[in-house]
Amino acid sequence: MSVPADSAPGAPEIGVETPFQRFRAEFFESWIAAFALGLLGLIVVLALLAPWITPQNPYDLGQVDVLDGKLPPGSRAYTGYTMWLGSDGAGRDLYSAILYGLRISISVGVASGVIALVIGSTIGLIAAYAGGRVETVVMRLVDLQLSFPAALIALMLVAVMGRGIDKIIIALVAAQWAYYARTVRASALVESAKEYVEAARCLGLGHARIVFRHILPNCMAPLIVVGTVQTAHAIALEATLSFLGVGLRQTEPSLGVLIANGFEYMMSGRYWISFFPGIALLLTIVSINLVGDQLRDVLNPRLKK
Amino acid sequence: MSVLEVAGLRTHFFTRAGVVKAVDGVDFTLQRGEVMGLVGESGSGKTVTGFSILGLVDPPGRIVGGSIRYRGEELVGAPDERLRELRGNRIAMIFQDPMMTLNPVLRIDTQMVEAIQAHERVPKKAAWERARDGLGQVGIPSPEERLRAYPHQLSGGMRQRVTIAIAFLNAPELIIADEPTTALDVTIQAQIIYQAQKVCRERGAAMIWITHDLAVVAGLADRICVMYAGRIVEAGPTDDVIDRPLHPYTVGLLGSVPSANKRGQRLNQIPGMTPNMLALPKGCAFRERCARAGDACLAEPGITEPAAGRALRCFHPHGIEVPA
Repeated sequence: MSVPADSAPGAPEIGVETPFQRFRAEFFESWIAAFALGLLGLIVVLALLAPWITPQNPYDLGQVDVLDGKLPPGSRAYTGYTMWLGSDGAGRDLYSAILYGLRISISVGVASGVIALVIGSTIGLIAAYAGGRVETVVMRLVDLQLSFPAALIALMLVAVMGRGIDKIIIALVAAQWAYYARTVRASALVESAKEYVEAARCLGLGHARIVFRHILPNCMAPLIVVGTVQTAHAIALEATLSFLGVGLRQTEPSLGVLIANGFEYMMSGRYWISFFPGIALLLTIVSINLVGDQLRDVLNPRLKK
Repeated sequence: MSVLEVAGLRTHFFTRAGVVKAVDGVDFTLQRGEVMGLVGESGSGKTVTGFSILGLVDPPGRIVGGSIRYRGEELVGAPDERLRELRGNRIAMIFQDPMMTLNPVLRIDTQMVEAIQAHERVPKKAAWERARDGLGQVGIPSPEERLRAYPHQLSGGMRQRVTIAIAFLNAPELIIADEPTTALDVTIQAQIIYQAQKVCRERGAAMIWITHDLAVVAGLADRICVMYAGRIVEAGPTDDVIDRPLHPYTVGLLGSVPSANKRGQRLNQIPGMTPNMLALPKGCAFRERCARAGDACLAEPGITEPAAGRALRCFHPHGIEVPA
């Protein structure tokens, strides 16, 4: 937001730097964070472009040939292209499978993250604003849920509901909403005590308006940080469930399914079937976490310079 | 008809440590276009009086007695819906710290348009134009640009002008200004007081100016009410109260304004501290700090009218000799 030159009188109080510019500058102060963001961007772009940059559609059984199975990295497939990362037991080109798997892993992680964020923060906001008995009941429920490991809750839910992307997302949302609720409630309590909320009440604004238009935007900083870290967590959780065989189906392999598929060949020297999907998963999660760490440092008011 | 009639207002806070009688029997009337100064130390109940009028006393606080009539309509016990209609619309509030009262993440125009649309069905464009005119009226240069700014881009004085403009947006009949100049530079203070006064006169709105600074209200208010420990101890026309204060507390307040003293001389101060609101002394609450207190002060002083238009709660007012 720049100031037009003709606004000379009284203009000095307008800051030179917008908050976003300052935020961007502080974020890129750490080269690790910049690198992680670049890597994450690359991973997302590769995943998005998967159908156009891979030699094979691993979901299309017509393109997958069992005769291509378990080929080491660099082998030539019967259909002619080179399998740079080798192939798995079903004859899927691992490079293609990893990019398609990333699509699933990332979309499951992001979808469950966003849904859990919306549900969790709404509940947390209402608890903080309403106070009293509503707050007590909701927050004890959150405490109860957080006393169980997220993986255990997700595992139980998936065991009951069965496999499939929709069910995995429901299970991940159920396992994670409480983190958002607790975070938002904490900062909403701080924000509600501030005078601008009192001022908004003095203007006669409605409750919904005050909660969602005035308090929520001021709680965004911790929410963004928790959202980033929890998304990485959701991706890891989905991979865990799939690896354990209760997550996604074999026909739509996420990274976890690919790792599980290759696991049985590990001891026979065919490391690549598990190894490369594992590296992809690791890079994705580490880069998201590094970005989240830097966001936390930049957005933390206590560390403000 | 008077705009506001407050009679016997009592707002108490039921804390774990005991009952705090923050406001304990406050009476005053406000005519149309009148500016009233509500003066007192911190914790004397000025702000709680303001919040009681708006119906915004939060638990553990509660209005336990008395009546607040806005144009004859009783506000104590009125439904929430009705109070919300009045708030920001007919009765508006200006707060002390302009750094805190504007939402840091919303642009000025968003906040102003919202204030208009909360009470009136106006198209956004019309509301925006009204917001712009409002900023112009409180002396903000190039209001269009300021409307597009975020609060952190404005100085303290600018922000307080914005909050005053917001308070006047819906042409309220009553403004409650809670120490609106305390957080500002002295040079800005005078400007803000001038702007508030000007808009008030132009619109014919009544105003309650809450402050601890007698110098501020001296040039602004038509009438002064001095509060001490939840009660109005002295009230009257501004000039009368300033020139001929009757209550020893008012005398003390006036005496402690530095400019009244000579250089190098010790500043006058009121001895003692603001009383603990949980354990007020029996009788007159000011008794223990008062040089004129006697045995009579162990009883609670009632309201007397020592002169036309003046009210007083004191057995030994100044200008009347204390019997030895």
